[in-house]
Amino acid sequence: MLTDITLGQYFPGDSLLHRMDARVKIILLFFYIVGIFLFDNNICYGLNTALAVLLVFLSGVSPRMVLKSIKPLWWILILTFVIQLFTVPGEVMAKLWIFNITYEGLVKGFLISLRLVLLIGVSSLLMLTTSPLMLTDALESLFRPLKPFGFPAHELAMMMTIALRFIPTLMEETDKIIKAQKSRGSDIGEGNFLAKVKSMIPILVPLFISAFRRADDLAMAMEARCYHGGEGRTRMKAMRMHNVDGRAIVVMSLYMIICGTVYFML
Amino acid sequence: MSIEIKNLKHIYMPRTPYERLALDDVNLTIPQGKITAIAGHTGSGKSTLIQHLNGLLEPAEGQVLVDGVSVIGKKPENKKARRSVGMVFQYPEHQLFEETVAKDIAFGPRNYGCSEEDIQQRVKAAMDFVKLDYDTYKDRSPFQLSGGQMRRVAIAGVVALETPYLVLDEPTAGLDPVGREELMNGIVKLHKKKNNTVIMVSHSMDDIARFADHVIIMAHGRVLLEGTPAQVFSREDFIHQAGLEVPRVTAIVKALKAEGVAVATDVYNMEDAVKAIWQALAKKKAGGAGKC
Repeated sequence: MLTDITLGQYFPGDSLLHRMDARVKIILLFFYIVGIFLFDNNICYGLNTALAVLLVFLSGVSPRMVLKSIKPLWWILILTFVIQLFTVPGEVMAKLWIFNITYEGLVKGFLISLRLVLLIGVSSLLMLTTSPLMLTDALESLFRPLKPFGFPAHELAMMMTIALRFIPTLMEETDKIIKAQKSRGSDIGEGNFLAKVKSMIPILVPLFISAFRRADDLAMAMEARCYHGGEGRTRMKAMRMHNVDGRAIVVMSLYMIICGTVYFML
Repeated sequence: MSIEIKNLKHIYMPRTPYERLALDDVNLTIPQGKITAIAGHTGSGKSTLIQHLNGLLEPAEGQVLVDGVSVIGKKPENKKARRSVGMVFQYPEHQLFEETVAKDIAFGPRNYGCSEEDIQQRVKAAMDFVKLDYDTYKDRSPFQLSGGQMRRVAIAGVVALETPYLVLDEPTAGLDPVGREELMNGIVKLHKKKNNTVIMVSHSMDDIARFADHVIIMAHGRVLLEGTPAQVFSREDFIHQAGLEVPRVTAIVKALKAEGVAVATDVYNMEDAVKAIWQALAKKKAGGAGKC
């Protein structure tokens, strides 16, 4: 059923990655991605892969979950691979009608697909080990320096927080309404296209009404608690960096230096 | 014939870290033509249990048989079994969607494939049951009504299905005392008239003691107690274990007894309690007169 869908992908746990400050995680992820694209040689690919495997191992999240997050992009991976396979010029291995499969194409296709897998895998590791609320808090904090330039960091973060907060609520609500209408004999999602669309009306109307009611209630509740935007607002759970973040930064810097050295020396 | 629940087990979000066993080996027979009340603390599995009665949830193990037919399955007889159980959810007014009250109540019967005259007949009867005047309210938008009226329209929408089994999940939650009284009396009246089987989740032990023929107490996804109100409420230890209380009148006579009044404590509704207290007073008076 709908309620079986977990919010985002967050996988609760208490690993090193879970305990890291979300801001540090985001910044280090950014550097890792830059590294993947910048250091484009075989040894660096090996190092990148090794680090990704190590991170999955450290996170305590089952590798199956990480692979599951790559699954939706399966087609893009195959497409990338095939395009590289046929278009990179070089030593011809096989001929397929007017296309030539080259050895270089095979290698290049594999490496670019690997790059995508690493990119998605490590990014999803961030989602898997950071709760959505921590993530939005971190984004707000990271974008705060842009405030003088008119960037509404707090407002965006608040909107994201509220949206995230209401995803499970509205899913539950949808689930309940579907069940209620099913109990009244409505065949939801059955029949031809028109019948399917028509069967959505008894779900969408109550859902919208409830969403507006909730928005109204929430606005009232926020006002009643003197919410007046982000100015001068303090946090109960302030974000603080710990030892583990320092170590992560050191490890990541060393890793970047090693990759950089390998890349520019060889 | 009746609803039989056999070895029912339900697990929410299996194979994830959020996995939770909601029902564990529940075996029940819901008696035909009676009012059965289900009580239990929040999270005891009541709502999960009733959602199995018309196949809204699929059991991890076990089965639910309505008149001997499983509610799970694609065969026409399975669908018929599902459709013989009407379900009123908590806060049913949140499921209204049509432009007019009459159309909303007609939604269910229309899905069941009733003829137009039949539908109109059923809508009238259902509105009569919830005490909404047909001519006054049929063309009103359900969203212009008060909360209590919306609740009644929503309940009428399920009553109009005229199912042999009617399940209600806390039908009186959030209503004022007059609304509660009216609704409960309406349900009992309908039950007496149609002789349907009513299954009702309730937090009010007073209502249960007054109206139910059969009581099921749930705790931690299991059936803790089952029987007539007198049988169930006599086991105060179990009731407290389930995080519930005995009916208020029972608590009062027990308190009187503790104060030294020789009153019978096996009373669970207002009439019996009044009788018991009268008897105790009469006895006291007679005893007192003898002494003089």
